[in-house]
Amino acid sequence: MPIKVNAPGLVTTIQDLGRPGYYHLGIPISGAMDRFALRCANMLVGNDEGAAALEAVFMGPELEFTEDAVVAVTGAELTPKVDGEAQETWTSFPVKAGQVLSFDYLKSGARAYIAVAGGIDTPMALGSRSTYVIGALGGVDGRPIQPGDMLPVGQGNGQSGLSVPANLRRGPGSTAELRVIPGLYWHRLVEESQRSFFDDTWKVAPECDRMGYRFRDGTALKFVERTPPFGAGSDPSNITDACYPYGSIQVPGGTEPIILHRDAVSGGGYFMLGTVISADMDLIGQMQPHTPTRFVSVDMDAALTARHDRASQLDAVRSALAA
Amino acid sequence: MEPRYEFGGDEHIFVEVSEDMSLEAFFISLSVANAVRESKIKGVTEICPANASFQIKFDPDQIKPNDLLAELKSLESAAEKAEPVLKTRIVEIPVYYQDPWTHETLMRFRERHQDPNGTDIDYAARINGFSSVDEFIQAHSGAPWFVSMVGFVAGLPFMYQMVDRPRQIEVPKYLRPRTDTPKLTVGYGGSFACIYSVRGAGGYQMFGITPMPIYDPKQEISYLRDFMVFFNPGDIVKFKPIGRDEYDADVEAVEANRFEPLIKEVTFSLDEFNTDVDAYNAKILETLHAN
Repeated sequence: MPIKVNAPGLVTTIQDLGRPGYYHLGIPISGAMDRFALRCANMLVGNDEGAAALEAVFMGPELEFTEDAVVAVTGAELTPKVDGEAQETWTSFPVKAGQVLSFDYLKSGARAYIAVAGGIDTPMALGSRSTYVIGALGGVDGRPIQPGDMLPVGQGNGQSGLSVPANLRRGPGSTAELRVIPGLYWHRLVEESQRSFFDDTWKVAPECDRMGYRFRDGTALKFVERTPPFGAGSDPSNITDACYPYGSIQVPGGTEPIILHRDAVSGGGYFMLGTVISADMDLIGQMQPHTPTRFVSVDMDAALTARHDRASQLDAVRSALAA
Repeated sequence: MEPRYEFGGDEHIFVEVSEDMSLEAFFISLSVANAVRESKIKGVTEICPANASFQIKFDPDQIKPNDLLAELKSLESAAEKAEPVLKTRIVEIPVYYQDPWTHETLMRFRERHQDPNGTDIDYAARINGFSSVDEFIQAHSGAPWFVSMVGFVAGLPFMYQMVDRPRQIEVPKYLRPRTDTPKLTVGYGGSFACIYSVRGAGGYQMFGITPMPIYDPKQEISYLRDFMVFFNPGDIVKFKPIGRDEYDADVEAVEANRFEPLIKEVTFSLDEFNTDVDAYNAKILETLHAN
């Protein structure tokens, strides 16, 4: 039975774990920016970890339920309210037919995941329900939810009262640290800029969304002099248009680094100085504008260890909720 | 060419075949990317050929980054030895050059352009040494193009013209990107043509518009029913200049869902092409127009 959207929040989209396999045609993976939070929300309501849920950024939607449901909200600290009564985040709770789920103001983080037992059951597009707005793909007609939308929900069997232990929840600290493997076109930078990039404290710019996060307030980067390669363009930050890794950091004109995220543009003509490690991608999804950010240089071994640690944390949540 | 291998974090390997764009570099990139696809290496999740490079996305829980690197290097040396031949297709794309919609847009963003007093196509013709816009359009639509990369956004083709380097058209991108570009704009930046698959921001110069949709997420258009993206890297494109009447007729045909793009199978040989570029292009275009 569907959920009626009374108010959509700022930008609320349907997301699951995304649609790999089409990046070579410019269709990005999409899916939850904070995958850990999505998996936890789904586990709390008894869904498959990759079921589709709502991703609300900065502000929650108002949803009217037409049937009894079990719901969980994870990720950002955005307190859910059922008919005005506050509920715990990272904890499953019941919503009765006719009740309204709304949200308090944002306390920390940036993106909340709202999972409903049974999962949001909009049609699949290329193997995923994730919304990719630029390509008008997935979700509800390829766009964020709107007032009056009726969101179909699958058959669920969730229990209320389950909770992710506080020590296993995850969010960014007051200063975010993002670990980066330098590479790709790192050699384009002069040594002084290779140092300042990691020494400076940057700040998340207002231009931060599912495509990418922009940073400012660091020292402008300087490039090694060269004759522009044919096809690259005359700006020292240009390259012959190439594919961009998820998490890669491009710095057009050397001024403002941009980290590409789940709705990445798949390629273009700007040099990249390195790539954020997979273990830290979820954190970016929880960063608000103006968050002070440091980039930390790591090698592949450190990246794989961090990846392993993240996987262990998820396993710990699985065990805690299965007990 | 000595390819450069780089890790993009713990989930990507980026291989730059050459810093410079060339048909040779594109050919190697595409061949190795295709070889990786065929070899079905465990843990590889995305294979993205680009203009003069390619990128592999992988799951490091399934294959160690250094093991994958070694596999790629061996595939690359095999692909370099293979004969540069590609079985592909040639497609005719109608283009209404100097159309009213891109004209309105380029006027709206004039202060972001190198030449605020002209139009994008005037500027491109001039800086590339053409005596008139007509002569420029003749060059742009005369020789065919390789789709050297599909991406940026869903289904957008980057195209590189199949002519020798002195005849390559080169234009800078806008000084500051536009916040709007009409859907199906035929654009140009650096040494690449593109077709904007969706409406949105863009920095490429705008020369015209095609009536032929190339991306349809609803999969309702007849030739996009099987798959929503029209282009693949390696496709060959020939632009056909059309006027307002033909444009309107094509749009009507698209809306009635009876537009059928002109497409023919072709086998491209880089060596034969390099022997005599113009004669080889003429042969390919004969194939396109043969009954």
